[in-house]
Amino acid sequence: MVWGVVQFPGSCDERDALHACELAGGEARLIWHESRDLDGVDAVVVPGGFSYGDYLRAGAIARFSPAMEAVAEFAAGGGPVLGICNGFQVLCEADLLPGALLVNDNLRFVCRQVELVDDGDERLSIPAKHGEGRYWAPDEMLDAIEAGGQVAFRYAPGQNPNGSARDIAGVRNEAGNVLGLMPHPEHAVDAMTGSTDGLRIFEALARVGNPA
Amino acid sequence: MGEAAHRVLGLTDSEFDLIVEKLGREPNRVELAMFSLLWSEHCAYKHSRKLLRRLPTEGERVVMGPGENAGAVSIGEAHAIAFKVESHNHPSAVEPFQGAATGVGGILRDVFALGARPIAILDSLRFGELDSVRSRHLLDGAVRGIGHYGNSIGVPTVGGEIYFEAPYEHNCLVNAMCVGIAKRDEMVRAAAAGVGNAVVLIGASTGRDGIGGASVLASAELGDGDEAKRPTVQIGDPFEESKVLECCLELLGKGLLVSLQDLGAAGLTSSASEMASAGGVGIDIDVARVPLREADMEPFEIMVSESQERMLAVVEPGRVGEVLAVCEKWQTGGAEIGAIADSGLVRVLRDGEVVGEIPVEALVDGCPLYDLEPAEPDGWIYGNRATLGESATPAETLLALLGSPSVASKRWAFEQYDSIVGSRTARRPESADAAVLAIPEADAAIAVSIDGNGRRVACDPYAGTVEAVLECAQNLACAGAEPLGLTNCLNFGNPEKPATAWQLDRSVQGLADACTALGVPVVGGNVSLYNEGPEGPIYPTPVVGMVGELPDPILAAPSAFAAAGDAIALLGPFEPTLAGSELAKLRGELEAGLPQPDVAAVAAACAAVRAAVRAGLLASAHDVSDGGLACALAEAAIGSDLGCSVDLQHLRERGCSPEEALFGEGPGGFVISGAREKLESLAGDGVAVLHLGKVGGETIEIAAGDRSLTVPLGEAENAWRSLAV
Amino acid sequence: MAKARVLIRPKEGILDPQGKAVERALPALGFEGVGHVRVGRMVELEADDPAQLPALCEKLLANPLIEDFEIESLDGA
Repeated sequence: MVWGVVQFPGSCDERDALHACELAGGEARLIWHESRDLDGVDAVVVPGGFSYGDYLRAGAIARFSPAMEAVAEFAAGGGPVLGICNGFQVLCEADLLPGALLVNDNLRFVCRQVELVDDGDERLSIPAKHGEGRYWAPDEMLDAIEAGGQVAFRYAPGQNPNGSARDIAGVRNEAGNVLGLMPHPEHAVDAMTGSTDGLRIFEALARVGNPA
Repeated sequence: MGEAAHRVLGLTDSEFDLIVEKLGREPNRVELAMFSLLWSEHCAYKHSRKLLRRLPTEGERVVMGPGENAGAVSIGEAHAIAFKVESHNHPSAVEPFQGAATGVGGILRDVFALGARPIAILDSLRFGELDSVRSRHLLDGAVRGIGHYGNSIGVPTVGGEIYFEAPYEHNCLVNAMCVGIAKRDEMVRAAAAGVGNAVVLIGASTGRDGIGGASVLASAELGDGDEAKRPTVQIGDPFEESKVLECCLELLGKGLLVSLQDLGAAGLTSSASEMASAGGVGIDIDVARVPLREADMEPFEIMVSESQERMLAVVEPGRVGEVLAVCEKWQTGGAEIGAIADSGLVRVLRDGEVVGEIPVEALVDGCPLYDLEPAEPDGWIYGNRATLGESATPAETLLALLGSPSVASKRWAFEQYDSIVGSRTARRPESADAAVLAIPEADAAIAVSIDGNGRRVACDPYAGTVEAVLECAQNLACAGAEPLGLTNCLNFGNPEKPATAWQLDRSVQGLADACTALGVPVVGGNVSLYNEGPEGPIYPTPVVGMVGELPDPILAAPSAFAAAGDAIALLGPFEPTLAGSELAKLRGELEAGLPQPDVAAVAAACAAVRAAVRAGLLASAHDVSDGGLACALAEAAIGSDLGCSVDLQHLRERGCSPEEALFGEGPGGFVISGAREKLESLAGDGVAVLHLGKVGGETIEIAAGDRSLTVPLGEAENAWRSLAV
Repeated sequence: MAKARVLIRPKEGILDPQGKAVERALPALGFEGVGHVRVGRMVELEADDPAQLPALCEKLLANPLIEDFEIESLDGA
């Protein structure tokens, strides 16, 4: 199992993502944003941070990088892609996921452990850290996402840190192979630093990428 | 070129005469600008350098000491932890967001200039009381600025402190500390070397940011009309810095640099001349080769610009091409702008023509150093303002203290900081008494704390400063860490005034004595003077940052209780009084004087707590500081969502009144919890352990003679969590 | 060479907390009766071929899901 973690100028959590991928099983390597070659990876992670300084809009410039063109092709072919925080923003800008992420409703960056509920009603404790994490889409699009089972994670009641519509913390594409979420599962893989609930998300992705 | 110019730039007449004498002629515009900055208090430490010689700077773990870009101590077989604290007070008072942001940017550069990758930021902030619109504005701006810079560059902000006191109303304090990790054999010093080597400027282009910043802002008191100083504030770009950081670390990793220095106060002038001075060489800078943001800049502007995110490197001529290629890869600027010379001169050229020329020694070491003329003031000089009535009950008093912004939880602030990026943070803000970071490279962990209580230093500058050092040591002990080294930022008023001079002299002596007694070397630091306005000086505020080592990060004890039924005890030579306390402040009863701390006894208590934490004997450990024992107990309860019931009788037997037992302050107190036998096993060998009570219930119940109190846990939490803007 | 200014605004119906924050701050500064504040972005540029501008705005400068944009010519045309 080989993971590729895309690295842009301004990415912050790419090494944390590499480590989480390896804990989930397999080998993980960085993919420089200028590279069109995904090097035969089985799964792609687009990590957190401030790619291109969040200039213009978060993820707006990163989505046009050669690496993201390759990721779009990979995703179109059914390859599993996980976008975390800034990565989620990049995937939405690239139209690989529906919706958009806007500035937090209280206008402040928030770093806080939050409880998520997944689509199986399981609870996960994962840290969130972002300034622009308010998920939004027009009502018709939200209805379609919910009807299509594309809501992957919601913030547990009372835990929504940013005003996201319908408490949505993470969504999938229609085909189900692209997942984006604002909280950081790569920071929930080691009991020393917090919870280990994030590992499940990487392990689930590993199963999609390496079904054998 | 009139003499009046030098005065506008902050030089005294006698300093100007000395410059003329050293040059053998009058300085031209470029040279005068350079002298005015390098000879400013901020750069030259004119009033403090002699005092700082008292500080102990050596130790077997010291890898880099004062004089380098940052200090460093060894860890593990092959690594070093680099760290330093620096102030950015005056710029933050003018523009808090950018002032605080660029303060963080500057201290990050000091650390990676050594070849250390920054792994943590801490910040120590002080503002006026929160009923002032200005103070709320400064607090909001500074916290957003620190968050903006630290979060964007991906270095976690893991700790800090915020105090609110009237004397900081017009002179806020923003001190930023950075910690980094390096391989010892890959670290680089600042000294320029190798006549004929190239000088390369890396990073952002040069504009008019902060021109005159050092001498105009930091070497004089702020008065009316400081709005007009806004154009000289520096603007930071953390995205640029992240590229410069990766670029420099890659250059150092490949051995492409002879030396590296960051550009901070006084920009190219100070970096170039300090590098030359450290190396005993001369340096030529051609301003026409400096990449500019604005086309029409004059040589003196280019030399003193404080544009951010720039580094100066010395490179062997044959390797300049490789260096520029790495800069290109990271999409950051790189330009060869000069050379190392055998001249002993700093020469400024424009297109090959000399426009300024100063002997290095005159610029860097020629500045006169002044002796202070200290005179102890008569009693308390800062005034008092009562906000808590005489008739307040003990319960009301506890709630008032918990809700006092200096004591209250700072969660509103630290939730705006990314405290976890990098996956090293084993203890997030307010979960333990010190920040704890894993250092797997060295099979170890570090704990870091930054502390200082200006009000207590104002009561007694010597004792108050000793207490600041002890506070750090106590916080590290709760994390199971042994102190390795210390950095400090001395924030004081105008040293030309006798009372401030006395405060500075006594404080530095306290710092020296405490560090010597504890065996903790001072590896670097910063001085910020002239923090005063028409209403008077700030509290004398030495801020101390300490780094310690522990074998395994999971050992660090939490501050909050762990389980109902656990016993609670007080360990250490704690002898509380109301002198200098938060309660005395709320009652408007502050006056001069503090008891003299027993450093040896506190050190023994720290050792006992450290050993107990490492042996896993304690469920929690929390040192007693602002607000006294009642607040420490309440904080431990709130953090665990478990109440407590305790009796302070044993503490009162040391001779303190019920009120002193509850709310008195002073060093040497640790609130510990766990199995009773384990707690009591720690007593002996000069270490006292007083049984207090147990964890449990939904109230905080403290028996203290006729001042007993019971407060519902929920009310205590509401008070403690009330700080927000 | 055409000079243009692009104004990018959050779409109506999307919560604009920046606009709200500005609106709330105004009375304290003595400005009454100011409402419907929306905070957006402004980009100025010079283009050889102004016909490209709408596509450029759709593709990069604005996110059409959440923003509207308006192109103003600065050449006095």
